[in-house]
Amino acid sequence: MGDKKKQKLQPNQQQYQAFQQKREIKRPIFKNCIKAFLIGGLICLIGQLISTFYIYQFNFTEKTAGNPTVATLIFITMLLTGFGVYDRIAQFAGAGSAVPVTGFGNAVISSAIEYRSEGFILGVGSNMLKLAGPVIVYGVFSAFIVALIKTILTQWGGF
Amino acid sequence: MIFFWAFVVGGLICVIGQIMFDVFKLSPAHTLSILVIAGAVLDGIGWYEPLIDFAGAGATVPITSFGNSLVHGAMQEAEKHGLIGVVTGMFEVTSAGISAAIIFGVIGAIIFKPKG
Repeated sequence: MGDKKKQKLQPNQQQYQAFQQKREIKRPIFKNCIKAFLIGGLICLIGQLISTFYIYQFNFTEKTAGNPTVATLIFITMLLTGFGVYDRIAQFAGAGSAVPVTGFGNAVISSAIEYRSEGFILGVGSNMLKLAGPVIVYGVFSAFIVALIKTILTQWGGF
Repeated sequence: MIFFWAFVVGGLICVIGQIMFDVFKLSPAHTLSILVIAGAVLDGIGWYEPLIDFAGAGATVPITSFGNSLVHGAMQEAEKHGLIGVVTGMFEVTSAGISAAIIFGVIGAIIFKPKG
């Protein structure tokens, strides 16, 4: 919490803030990082196995094999999410299961399943990208800025 | 050897995400957005492509590759059509991740019932 925000609070509220901070459970950061490393690495290892399979079986190149690999991983995520396995992995792994593309898939698929009871158009359709929306929005916007700068530099600046 | 580096690099990117969760207390949405933006910037300065050559799926599976491939699609079109290409080419390379997520999301909603 910023200092400016703190000044606006009443004295007893400040006391409560200090009390709350003292009582907040310390997160086992090192242990969580090890777990995230192992599970995240494992998911990427599985991804590498899948893309090696695509390279040797379907004549993809190293560069183009990324796309079918991502699609396959998201398909596997759909099954794991549907049977409720992915949630358990996520509880154990934290960022290890959220950062790979499977976490993106899980965010989309779990909200699609969850909002099914509100109907397919207003429920599934409009809530599906609720969690994944920020990633797409800011991914596209930042990519636009980066590509714009790069294009201007290379095409007009003659770098 | 690429399997080993895929594991290590992929794992390290996840550790960066975990540190953002735990140390900086960011929500998953914030963390993932920052990682995507980082991927886009890294590709802009030309560092992401060598990482993919080095670590394979270790660099293409984490969400950072999403930003990378958005920039890549935009740059490919920009070479052909100039500035308009930046807008039109954006999803050229990335389409697989988003379309797979949406397609399997709807299929999942049809097949599976929500719990609880």
